[in-house]
Amino acid sequence: MEIFIPNKEISGCGLSGVINRKGELIKGEVIIESICCQMERGNGLGAGYAAYGIYPEFADHYCLHVMADSKHALKEVEEILARKCYLAHQEKIPTRPVPGIVSPPRFYRYFVKPRYEGDIREICEGTPDEDDYMVNLVMKINREIDGAYIISSGRNMGAFKGVGFPDQIAEFFRLEEYSAYIWTAHNRFPTNTPGWWGGAHPFTILDWSIVHNGEISSYGTNRRYLEMFGYHCTLLTDTEVVAYLLDLLIRRHTLPIELACMALAPPFWQEIDRMEEPERSVCTAIRAVYGGAMLNGPFAILFAYNGGLVGLNDRVKLRPLVAAKKGDFYYMASEEAAIRSICPDPDEVWCPKAGEPVIVELEPNVIPNQRSYLRGEPLKISAPICRMPLSLEDEEED
Amino acid sequence: MERDWDKCTKCKLCIRECTYGAHGWDEKRETLTEDHSKCVGCHRCEATCPTGAILIKRHPTQFREHDTWKPWFIKNVYKQADTGGVLLAATGCAVPFRNYWDHLVLDACQVTNPPIDPLREPMELRTYLGPKPDKVEVVLENDQYHLKHKLGPWIKLEVPIMFAAMSYGAISLHVHQGLARAAKDLGTLYNTGEGGLHASLYEYGSNTIVQCASGRFGLHVDYLNAGVAIEIKIGQGAKPGIGGHLPGEKVTDEISKTRMIPVGSDAISPAPHHDIYSIEDLRGLIYALKEATEYKKLVFVKIAAVHNAPAIASGIVRAGADVVVLDGLRGGTGAAPTMFRDYVGIPIELALAAVDERLRQEGIRNQASLVVSGGIRCSADVVKAIALGADAVYIGTPALIAVGCTMCGRCFTGKCPWGIATNNPELIKRLDPETAYEKIYNLVHGWAHEIQELLGAMGLNSIESLRGNRDKLRAVGLNEVELRILGVKHAGE
Repeated sequence: MEIFIPNKEISGCGLSGVINRKGELIKGEVIIESICCQMERGNGLGAGYAAYGIYPEFADHYCLHVMADSKHALKEVEEILARKCYLAHQEKIPTRPVPGIVSPPRFYRYFVKPRYEGDIREICEGTPDEDDYMVNLVMKINREIDGAYIISSGRNMGAFKGVGFPDQIAEFFRLEEYSAYIWTAHNRFPTNTPGWWGGAHPFTILDWSIVHNGEISSYGTNRRYLEMFGYHCTLLTDTEVVAYLLDLLIRRHTLPIELACMALAPPFWQEIDRMEEPERSVCTAIRAVYGGAMLNGPFAILFAYNGGLVGLNDRVKLRPLVAAKKGDFYYMASEEAAIRSICPDPDEVWCPKAGEPVIVELEPNVIPNQRSYLRGEPLKISAPICRMPLSLEDEEED
Repeated sequence: MERDWDKCTKCKLCIRECTYGAHGWDEKRETLTEDHSKCVGCHRCEATCPTGAILIKRHPTQFREHDTWKPWFIKNVYKQADTGGVLLAATGCAVPFRNYWDHLVLDACQVTNPPIDPLREPMELRTYLGPKPDKVEVVLENDQYHLKHKLGPWIKLEVPIMFAAMSYGAISLHVHQGLARAAKDLGTLYNTGEGGLHASLYEYGSNTIVQCASGRFGLHVDYLNAGVAIEIKIGQGAKPGIGGHLPGEKVTDEISKTRMIPVGSDAISPAPHHDIYSIEDLRGLIYALKEATEYKKLVFVKIAAVHNAPAIASGIVRAGADVVVLDGLRGGTGAAPTMFRDYVGIPIELALAAVDERLRQEGIRNQASLVVSGGIRCSADVVKAIALGADAVYIGTPALIAVGCTMCGRCFTGKCPWGIATNNPELIKRLDPETAYEKIYNLVHGWAHEIQELLGAMGLNSIESLRGNRDKLRAVGLNEVELRILGVKHAGE
């Protein structure tokens, strides 16, 4: 009797991400190949991609990717957009029929800017910030319109996702026709939450996009914490909270990105107790104040924004995450094989420690509307671009 | 009372142990006697009988069965017909209202979200009480982050379980000494209640909450500064809307010194604070206490769980309280009118869920911590309370049961045969502080382990990820209104 011994860890969901620090564009085929190398990690119930730098001709406009079940739902979205936004351009997102992808929803994209005058002036009060305005608009549409969701709302970026294997979704959205300076990709193996088009990764808000492998046990706490700040979870899956937490902590609360990562995956109290001041006070404050934002349970996440790519594990590392570097390219994925499939001879490969973020930002001023959150100063570019884990530097010295 | 004469050696210990005079000695017949009507069911004689000759059993009812006129009501009518007085009772609500803890079950992890083993992995129960800002602001200096503003004061709890207010006078000094020492070793707090702080307990100040109740007994600036927090007691779950009364016979020398009242005088706490008739007045007192303690102490405000608790709690937070304490219908008491104990107030589960939700809707949940009490019986109740939204819980009755209380419900007599709710010098000796400390410490230590196990089963390794995490709760057998108030789904959903 033959005994089946799996030669691959089947732990569900595959991630892959790549960034070029000089802002060079990377073809879609690259990320497709990397995520398809991890086909075993999904089950055909969801895959998706996020691409940055794909709409340079409308780089100053928010690009809303709308997924709609019906013409009627789409019309309702358009009516709201007509009242709330200046519309520069709209078009159907190019797709092609793919065997195995049955009854996909409609996909449109709208390049918009917020409208601040006229009969919508009152809703702007208290939210003078354009980003806040767009967050509120996305929340309103996702909550109020039945059968339509904004799945992507950033500038010069877009998310493409659906129910299918990664190769099917890539073919469906014709992703080989796009080039981006940051790509992330996801292959889904849903368990607790339904496999549906809105539930596929990435999850996005503004230009934050997140792909995730794991389960957020603290979802209930995180969701209720976010509700206090006006975020509403509508997409029936735990990963959604991470996108909103990033927006809240990093953009709205202007936390440096490494402290935001610390809030999501904080050190244990016993580690904090051993720290010297002022680190101990900062860590204690982060844990006490952001207890509701802490992500518990197993996770490996990649999140990207207009300026950087970050990988983060949970604080006991219950999911795999591998990072690699080759010149100006940085790669992060669930498996080293996924990196080597597109970068056979990386300069360095390492496994980030539990709770230790890998933050890679673009070099200054290489793209329009570039953001840097490394030191908590959004929209300003600071000197250090890449923060490697200390342990890796130590190993190099050895 | 049943006595096995084959075992009884007529040592008369039962006579000495029974403080209610239920055991007697017949000189003529040279035998022991029993007066069943005096037995309160404290089980002291049964537990201390050296030969195990005594068995205390519920007296079989002598009344005809009737679903409305149960013996309890009939006996109460007889009592009041005899005395014309108010029915008095102790301990928590005795009416079998639906206990919501028993209708809530917890989630557990399986495959994709693996449970965490607390024996192998860190499991964190630490909780910081006190108001938290919306966000943390930092500045970068010398390549290190520093806090832009000093935060706190906060109180660090190593377990989210504190000991509820029980005054010196209502319980003995030995119990207080046990509670204080246990609180210190467990990294948590005990509460003085409204009885002042005995001189011997000042050394436990960093684990002490001092209470400011309407009677203001024993309240002076050194007392206020002795602990880490001051609790303004507005209401008590066991008797919402009424004050307290320590009978003069319980006011001994030591209690007189601690409470700053004459020996033998009744210590009556008024129903209201006579300087608080509005939320502005409460705000005035909160800030008066903060001024007196140079803003170094947290101010708790404790209210009984009542119908409009969410609105009251919102006002309390906006009035500047650092911690809101909600005490539910099943809270303990040394003495309360029976009608109050049993029929005034609402279960803490409902009040907690409603208050947490309201504070979140108003965006002020982080401005104060939420502590609940009144009906917490086991570690699972603690876990459920935190999942409903509490930061921590107070336990009172479980701590007393740990040191021997059998819930006989006669605390107000001052004759507690277990040496707990008494100031009789002879009875106090029955419970030494060392034993009290050990039992209380063991109880909370055990509960803490169980909480860690439950957290691990839910895939959480830190208590803050449980707080308000109602997704981890499911209800069994509750109706839609109850589900809506509790904010939980029914099991199977």
